[in-house]
Amino acid sequence: MPDFCGIELAHPVINASGTYDAIAARRVFGDELLEDFPFSAFVSKTITPEPRAGNEPRRIWETPAGMINSIGLPNKGPEGFLAEDLPQLAELPVPLIVSVMATSREAFSRLVAAVEARDEVAAIELNVSCPNVHSGLIVGEQPSETEALMEALRPLTEKPLIVKLTPNVAAPEAVAVAAEAGGADAVSLINTLKASAIDPASGAPALAAGHGGLSGPAVRPIALQQLRAVAAVTEIPAIGMGGISTGADAAEFLAAGATLVAVGTESFRDPKAGLRIANELETEMYQASLRI
Amino acid sequence: MTAPFGRRLCEVAADQATGGYRIFSLLDREGPAPEPGQFYMLASERSWGEAAGRPFLPRAISVAEAAPAKKGVRLDFLVESVGPGTDRLCELEAGEGVWVTGPLGNSFSTPRQVNPDAAGAILVGGGIGIAPMAIWRRRLVERGIPLRVLLGFRNQEHSGGLDELFCAGGTLCPDVRLATDDGHAGHHGYVTDLLATMLTGDDAASAVVYSCGPPAMLEAVRALCSEHGVACELAMESPMACGFGACFGCAVPKVGGGYMRLCVDGPVVRGDAVTEVAHA
Repeated sequence: MPDFCGIELAHPVINASGTYDAIAARRVFGDELLEDFPFSAFVSKTITPEPRAGNEPRRIWETPAGMINSIGLPNKGPEGFLAEDLPQLAELPVPLIVSVMATSREAFSRLVAAVEARDEVAAIELNVSCPNVHSGLIVGEQPSETEALMEALRPLTEKPLIVKLTPNVAAPEAVAVAAEAGGADAVSLINTLKASAIDPASGAPALAAGHGGLSGPAVRPIALQQLRAVAAVTEIPAIGMGGISTGADAAEFLAAGATLVAVGTESFRDPKAGLRIANELETEMYQASLRI
Repeated sequence: MTAPFGRRLCEVAADQATGGYRIFSLLDREGPAPEPGQFYMLASERSWGEAAGRPFLPRAISVAEAAPAKKGVRLDFLVESVGPGTDRLCELEAGEGVWVTGPLGNSFSTPRQVNPDAAGAILVGGGIGIAPMAIWRRRLVERGIPLRVLLGFRNQEHSGGLDELFCAGGTLCPDVRLATDDGHAGHHGYVTDLLATMLTGDDAASAVVYSCGPPAMLEAVRALCSEHGVACELAMESPMACGFGACFGCAVPKVGGGYMRLCVDGPVVRGDAVTEVAHA
């Protein structure tokens, strides 16, 4: 039974934010989803201060052992999410982690305060892969921006605050150290890697937004190294993710220093992948214990 | 009716070439029978997302026909080889395994569900898009709903499925009319030419049009129906990674702004719910 920031979880496998809509999945698969819920905690899609429709299509493109997406964070905004979605997510048999993002410390603070007020929420993940409108800098790419944001948000809640790290920097461990110094309870990594594809039929960028984020097994070795670098210099727990598709993959991330692992793209291929990976991981760990 | 949670391994029961395409059948021992218009996410058990890297994601394929089998449901799929995923599906051989998630998505509404005054149906299929028209045609015939079927093809090399899905005893079903771009069969021109003529008839307003085909054809069908005040349902396609609302990749603009997810809000969409079917 992993303990994550004081939250007891049934197994170490959760979902990556934005890769599983449990409300839509329940419509498609019915209550069988709840009986065999694939994750030990559920992370929501990112909520932003205003509702967003998301990016113009085309939004996804298959790549070797992965995919590029530029979905654009479609969401209902805090009012819609808290009133309509949260009560439905509270029916899931696992703790809830709500992901939030804003482009100023003030707007971030309002979101965190709104989510803090809800007992259904066990923890809050901060998506910092966005610019600060005041400085123009991507918060998660700058240790100083990240630490200042954490210092602003830390007093607002007792709930665990998880900083989602971007891999699109030279030294993600420097940002992780800053997050810890600012009071983060945990970090999660990696977010997607900035990537492009050209549509061979047109010779133009395949995605309407021009570029997107790469995920899937293609990014796994990069994720593993960034996780090792972060775990080496921080004390707080890390949620490791990036192309995990099997229990053996998950075991590598745990060995590299993760407390929990998250599954994203693999759920698209196998809606029940989280549960399969958790079961495979249990077998892996049992076999590893026999080797000692 | 919900789909079984997760993917399941189904066996290829049969496969054959058909007019430039392939038809294969899967034996599904667990899932409910699909409704016309629904689709499945398919990936072969072998040579899919393994060493070579692509195909990686499962492919969304509309079901062309479904029938009770000895131990489950036989599902027929019509596929055209247009990329790494469909290339692999076209190579499927009897006895091998396919990962299946579904049935997914919504299904066609009966004419009366769309329009209380509707008496009959006009089905318009183009190319590989004739697949869902086949299962829908059979269901409408079983219910005794009057219908006309208009099918369009570029040429003989893109006419797969016609013999297997719309012929009986080697003869084209009497309710089916053809249009071909090269004139090798039926009307020499677009299938939408036939629809345009049909919609100028006196009783056109009492029909509901159902269509599946290439985006440019669907847009022509949508525009024609809109012009003649005839309700239509379009079975659409959009790049899709998951099929169950998780990836948000299959966004389609909707009337009034914003997007719908074609996997959970479609793939069957009312013509008046979309502003325009995007096409190159």
